[in-house]
Amino acid sequence: MLNTTELNATACQIRRDVIRMIHGAKSGHTGGSLGCADYFTVLYFNVMRHNPQAFRMDGKGEDLFFLSNGHISPVLYSTLARCGYFPIEELGTFRKLHTRLQGHPSTQHHLPGIRMASGSLGQGLSNAVGAALAKKMDGDAGIVYTLHGDGELGEGQIWEAAMFAGAKGVDNLIATIDYNGLQIDGSTKAVLDLGDLRAKFESFNWTVLEMNGHDVAEIEKTLNRAKGLCGQGKPVMILMKTEMGHGVDFMVNDNKWHGTAPNDEQAAAALAQLPVTLGDY
Amino acid sequence: MNPYQFKEKKDTRSGFGAGLLEAGKRHPEVVALAADLKGSVKMDAFAKAFPERFIQVGIAEANMISMAAGLALCGKIPFTGTFAEFATGRVYDQIRQSVAYSNQNVKIYAPHAGVSVGEDGATHQALEDMGMMRMMPNMTVIHPCDYNQAYQATLAVAEHNGPVYLRCGRPEVPNFTDPNKPFEIGKADVLLEGADVTLAAIGHLVWPALEAAEILAERGVKAEVICVSTLKPLDTPCILKSVLKTGCIVSCEEHQFNGGLGDAIAQFLCRTVPTPMEMVGMDDQFGQSGKPMELMDFYGLNAAGIVEKAEKVLERKAR
Repeated sequence: MLNTTELNATACQIRRDVIRMIHGAKSGHTGGSLGCADYFTVLYFNVMRHNPQAFRMDGKGEDLFFLSNGHISPVLYSTLARCGYFPIEELGTFRKLHTRLQGHPSTQHHLPGIRMASGSLGQGLSNAVGAALAKKMDGDAGIVYTLHGDGELGEGQIWEAAMFAGAKGVDNLIATIDYNGLQIDGSTKAVLDLGDLRAKFESFNWTVLEMNGHDVAEIEKTLNRAKGLCGQGKPVMILMKTEMGHGVDFMVNDNKWHGTAPNDEQAAAALAQLPVTLGDY
Repeated sequence: MNPYQFKEKKDTRSGFGAGLLEAGKRHPEVVALAADLKGSVKMDAFAKAFPERFIQVGIAEANMISMAAGLALCGKIPFTGTFAEFATGRVYDQIRQSVAYSNQNVKIYAPHAGVSVGEDGATHQALEDMGMMRMMPNMTVIHPCDYNQAYQATLAVAEHNGPVYLRCGRPEVPNFTDPNKPFEIGKADVLLEGADVTLAAIGHLVWPALEAAEILAERGVKAEVICVSTLKPLDTPCILKSVLKTGCIVSCEEHQFNGGLGDAIAQFLCRTVPTPMEMVGMDDQFGQSGKPMELMDFYGLNAAGIVEKAEKVLERKAR
């Protein structure tokens, strides 16, 4: 368990990793990866019960995580490495030929910590519901976590899964939306207005929580509260308010950074704002 | 004289239903998912015997497929059930990402394939499904020919580790294979030996191929009939051995030429032993409403259609 200072330091290093990985590959999704670094840090270091040293694919007896918006793979890879799933040196292979760190998460390359491919949006919630049902059938107390982009909610399958999980009381499931209000083509309001997400999920029989995705103490408190709500007949949805590009001032809240890699100057400028805390890979 | 006889006609989807129930008894990991067609896809008996292992998803096929992947990840052996069109075309991307690419042990069971769905018409007559499934790496594609084989194939599929597409049909067709013969995935069966022409058939076209062989025999042509059943991996040694003997081949299927059995055989033969070939199937067209067997006849998916193509390929071989 990390304290607040350690959590912030870890998140800062993960942000550095994200910038360096994407800059190294000259390709990747910077904005959402930076925006979710605090969430990943808290989830993997302080909340989930998991076993990085002895990864097993079926996750029996563990909590599971599914990244539905697979394009923010850099932040997941960095978190997994920093937790001990694989050596941090491997982060430098991101998006390069023969890497296990594929552009979008893949099981084909057997990277410890990845249990399902994602990249084509909208499927992770269904994957998670299936895993959650299996855990219930087996009397496994593990909780299943997912993360989704807000733009991803345009996918109809999300609402199929939301309807199912709510109707059938899949209550070992904690989903989180990266609610930054931006997607590739612009603001979510302009592209396809999300409307009242709380009301939508509540009407689908979910318990809805909200949190500031850049306050590690609040993230931990909210995730623990969500854990406490498990087993009470409803899935839990957390609307996590974030800034795309958080941590690098010239990337914040600019949808241009959704899927753009920084050039040499931009990477240097970004890294200058993110001090080394745990040591670079 | 056709050495194969049948006492009754039965639907392959019911063979699946009986097989699923038995697989459920043998393997506690087997679970079934339906998208509001539990009765039509013959999952009723399983759902009744194992209510805690049956998941009614509602009309949400994409969710069903991706959920099945999550179940498989955690050690279950999920069978998803909906009509072949909705089991493939509607959810191609879910299958590709969550099942095939993620290599999850999901069994996509898909009855109501082909024009023999009948009156419902082309929206419900999957004719491209095997092609879509066959194209995906990691995917095994199986299409049993009768009730008995569908039963045995279901048991084999439950024990096979990896993604499988299991295609079945709606109408009752002759049930003639040995009920006790275990299904071997990837193994084709030579039902009739012959030296003049190979008839390689799959699914509902296997029985008509036997009938066609009988008609051809009356005309002095000895046809070899191969029941393929596993489209992928194709039993290429069996096909090769046969055409080296007969020198020509007719593929027979209730599917588009594109992507189906004929396509698979042609692709193999053109790279090994180029062989005169004809195809019985759908030639780049959609079906329509009608009675199941009326449609099979209209599109030449019957013994007469096979005989016609066999005579054509025999002529080409003679040239």
